[in-house]
Amino acid sequence: MPPLESMVLCRESQVATLQSLFGERHHFSFPSIFIYGHTASGKTYVTQTLLKTLELPHVFVNCVECFTLRLLLEHILSRLRVLGSPEDGSCAEVTCDTFNDFVRLFKQITKAESLKDQTVYIVLDKAEYLRDMEANVLPGFLRLQELTDRNVTVILLSEIVWEKFRPNTGCFEPFVLYFPDYSIGNLQKILSHDHPPEYSADFYAAYINILLGVFYTVCRDLNELRHLAVLNFPKYCEPVVKGEASERDTRKLWRNIEPHLKKAMQAVYLREVSSSQWEKLQNGDTDPGQVKGLSAYNHVELPYYSKFILIAAYLASYNPARTDKRFFLKHHGKIKKTNFLKKHEKTSNHLLGPKPFPLDRLLAILYSIVDSRVAPTANIFSQITSLVTLQLLSLVGHDDQLDGPKYKCAVSLDFIRAIARTVNFDIIKYLYDFL
Amino acid sequence: MATSSVSKGCFVFKPNYKKRKISVPIEDYFDTKKNASEDSKLRFETYQLMWQQMKSETERLQEELNKNLFDSLIEFLQKSHCGLQKSSRDWGFQIKLREIPTAAVVLGVNVTDHDSIFRSLTEVLQNTVTPYVVSLQAKDCPDMKHFLQKLVSQLMNCCEDVKSNEEGSVHVTQKRTHYSMDLLFDWYKTVTQKAEPKLPSKKRTSSHQWQCSPVVLVLKDMESFTTKVLQDFITVSSQHLHEFPLILIFGIATSPVIIHRLLPHAISSLLCIELFQTLSCKEHLSSVLDKVLLTTQFPFKISEKVLQVLTNIFLYHDFSIQNFIKGLQLSLLEHFYSQPLSVLCCDLPEAKKRINFLSANQCENILRLPSFQRHVEKQTPEKQVALLTNERSLKEEAQSLLENLHTYHVNYFLALKCLHNFTSSLPKYPLGRQIRELYCACLERNIRHSKEYASALQLLRMLAKDELMTMLQKCSSVFKSSSENQLDNTAKKIEEFLAQFESLDADVKEEEDSSGSQAKGLQKTDLYHLQKSLLEMKELRRTNKKQTRFEALREKVVDFIDCLVRDYLLPPETQPLHEVVYFSAANTLREHLNAAPRIALHTALNNPYYYLKNEALKSEEGCIPNIAPDICIAYKLHLECSRLINLVDWSEAFATVVTAAENIDAKSTPSEEMSEIIHARFIRAVSELELLGFIKPTKQKTDHVARLTWGGC
Repeated sequence: MPPLESMVLCRESQVATLQSLFGERHHFSFPSIFIYGHTASGKTYVTQTLLKTLELPHVFVNCVECFTLRLLLEHILSRLRVLGSPEDGSCAEVTCDTFNDFVRLFKQITKAESLKDQTVYIVLDKAEYLRDMEANVLPGFLRLQELTDRNVTVILLSEIVWEKFRPNTGCFEPFVLYFPDYSIGNLQKILSHDHPPEYSADFYAAYINILLGVFYTVCRDLNELRHLAVLNFPKYCEPVVKGEASERDTRKLWRNIEPHLKKAMQAVYLREVSSSQWEKLQNGDTDPGQVKGLSAYNHVELPYYSKFILIAAYLASYNPARTDKRFFLKHHGKIKKTNFLKKHEKTSNHLLGPKPFPLDRLLAILYSIVDSRVAPTANIFSQITSLVTLQLLSLVGHDDQLDGPKYKCAVSLDFIRAIARTVNFDIIKYLYDFL
Repeated sequence: MATSSVSKGCFVFKPNYKKRKISVPIEDYFDTKKNASEDSKLRFETYQLMWQQMKSETERLQEELNKNLFDSLIEFLQKSHCGLQKSSRDWGFQIKLREIPTAAVVLGVNVTDHDSIFRSLTEVLQNTVTPYVVSLQAKDCPDMKHFLQKLVSQLMNCCEDVKSNEEGSVHVTQKRTHYSMDLLFDWYKTVTQKAEPKLPSKKRTSSHQWQCSPVVLVLKDMESFTTKVLQDFITVSSQHLHEFPLILIFGIATSPVIIHRLLPHAISSLLCIELFQTLSCKEHLSSVLDKVLLTTQFPFKISEKVLQVLTNIFLYHDFSIQNFIKGLQLSLLEHFYSQPLSVLCCDLPEAKKRINFLSANQCENILRLPSFQRHVEKQTPEKQVALLTNERSLKEEAQSLLENLHTYHVNYFLALKCLHNFTSSLPKYPLGRQIRELYCACLERNIRHSKEYASALQLLRMLAKDELMTMLQKCSSVFKSSSENQLDNTAKKIEEFLAQFESLDADVKEEEDSSGSQAKGLQKTDLYHLQKSLLEMKELRRTNKKQTRFEALREKVVDFIDCLVRDYLLPPETQPLHEVVYFSAANTLREHLNAAPRIALHTALNNPYYYLKNEALKSEEGCIPNIAPDICIAYKLHLECSRLINLVDWSEAFATVVTAAENIDAKSTPSEEMSEIIHARFIRAVSELELLGFIKPTKQKTDHVARLTWGGC
């Protein structure tokens, strides 16, 4: 096994703290440790490598997988049983429904010879999911050492600060350990660490330097950066492979890769273009004109009346109801905007977001904006419902289904303008904000 | 019921589980109409046969249209699966994020059609890529627990199917109440390890420990899934991708942007999304029309109004092909049900045979057809007598007329397609862009009399040579593709035109020379002379108006098209016996397919005679018959009120109307008892209206109710 220092980079102080907390194998450790920090700041990796290299008995659980209490507890117990007696492992199913049972069974299992005289570690990754479970789970885990009277330490990993966890009934305070974000120097060091075997470390480090120069401003996620580094590396090597430049010709290489990376930032980083498509593009397999980002396909084809229903819904959502008279009555007289203005309506409705409106208002507007006569057939009503399932409208409040359902329009101005253009309807003229 | 018991007591009698309902054979429903006794059984059989044919034709068409999409999807799945299996010794492979291959399939907003697509997709995938195909719907998966439950149980069912095909069932699926990811992964491991030695036919990569089929998960309606479920599932399964090769297929109804809206960047960066798009549903509709209606394969035709109703429902309301075909089926059924002569709506030889066996009643029916009557009037008197009196000559005549009708249709569709080729690319599309618009126009009336047709011809007269050539070529291909050789002459003529256009090229040079000499005439002169000579030239051109050869030829082509339209694109009403094959009851169809519940309710309450058919209820517009049902009176009175209705006023008005019936002299006050009864009737009517959703109680004002509907309906 390689030494710990070479496996865990730039986390020396955290590792030292943890190691001193763990102490000797048979020492009692702190009952619960809470580790938090941003995504990809090495929480899981450090904990896992530490426990593995020191060969400490531990159970690692991802709380996302165990979405019910029972799954979580049974998972921990069965793993512990395997740890305790590796030869006849996974023989019997454990059933454990409550935390009380868990404590009892835990005591039984940790009686085993191999677990007796050393600290057992339970690591709960994505611990924020514990908050959604029964109220006694989190305090229970924090106090597990005391409850079971065994040498056990619970390590909680989360991206959220401890203050957001603390239950209002109070609980045992864990030891809180913060993993700060990697600095740019750290990132450089870690990324350069795994260089490809064909190329020298310096060559790869230079590449990482350029990559960080482009991406560091938008992305500090180590995993994502690594992914991008691997994806774009072949392009960087291209001049070298072709023999146009040597490995030391940094300037030439930079000129080759920089625009490419900028393009990557708009396409593959946002997942507008998938990684495999990006690789294909690099190899020149596909025509770059052919691959468009996901957002390029914004067009939605709708039936004729659905378009008008959507337009009517948009108008109802963004115009105050008082102004309907002004827009949809033929002889409304000259009413200027200033006459309408109430104090609170001076802010743009588009900044405030859509407002709910009743079905009747939607239909009234619909009848007045469609040129031909629309019969209120069952099809019209079912279209409204299907627009709701398509998430173009949203239903507000479920209680009043029979006599007064309320809706909100959930599409953007650009979208509705595109729709209105296809039916030759000048929507801007009907919007109160643009009067 | 009797018991054998001597003592008194309660006895339980279980109902007899005999089938009480005597199921009426469906064809008997055809009999119920008064004059429909003729050949009802035969008509029903014909209907069934034809519907089967139409159905299989549309299904075949659907398969054909989906083939492209499915092929590219399968290619994607296989490729990305190979990617998953690639040797992990590769340098980049270890560091790169494990991305779940994801196909985002944009299907369009016609959600009702999606089911059939997914069904055939699942079938295709199971046959080609992997036995483990699971499809989930959002309504089944409100949370992670249900999601997994559905996923695991469906997967295990897939597995059972595979097993039972291969050998005896292995006892795998115990009753498990708790589904977890671990269970899923374990299950997958055991299944694939077991399956491995049994599938030698599949190629395997030697480096990997088990060559396994991926698990394909289809999320049918991506829009409706909750974000949390998707997020959790994607994070977990991306961590276990190496042991559980998963491929996702998202069914998207609106646009792929929804992926970004549903999933945050942290999650969408775990996916490797590729986009696939289906054919637009409008194109799908045109191909269905082309294969089912614009063909002589099926004798059944629909009139312009019916076609309008069907296409309007499609274009204005739902975009659903399935509903369109259902509408077509309904019109087919309605036609065979309501038209006794529809017996003859079948293949030509069969129809001729059937004519010979027609009953006297049916012959009478033929004679009564308006189109046949018109036909008779045109004949010579002797023949008229023969037709009207002699059954035999009538049958012979009908046979020949049916034959004519058939040839008429053959020619009609060829001419229609020809005309469509010419007009579909004209600027501003005077006759419509789609063939269905042209077909509608032609069905409606004689198209030669329409303004649009005239303007289309005008535009055709201005076309350039290459455009004309491509149109002619398309037309000739239409003729070539049709099996029937009715319009051989026309086809030949088109070929001739093409040849003439080709030969034009050679002559062009000469013309250029002549025009060059004309240009020479303009020498350097002063302004006065120039104007004068220009005027002269204009005069000259107007007088002799000499056409170039191309222009002459173009004129000929346009005339040729005009002839084609004149001869063959006559509206079907001009054809005798067209009632046999044309279904024209558009109103019935509209009532069935585009129901208007509110209008029906309004009619029932406003004009009770419409449904009750009681002569006493007949009344003029506006007045309230006092013997109408109470709810109608209350409804009519409430129509006159504004948003809030005063219950006391309403009740008084109600009492006045009602008592007007009972005692003629309204001045005498009704007895106490009477008024109590009237009051009770009023209360009942009001609560019935509340139940129907016309009014609701309000707290704004005491003794008032709020009105909920506006306008006439």
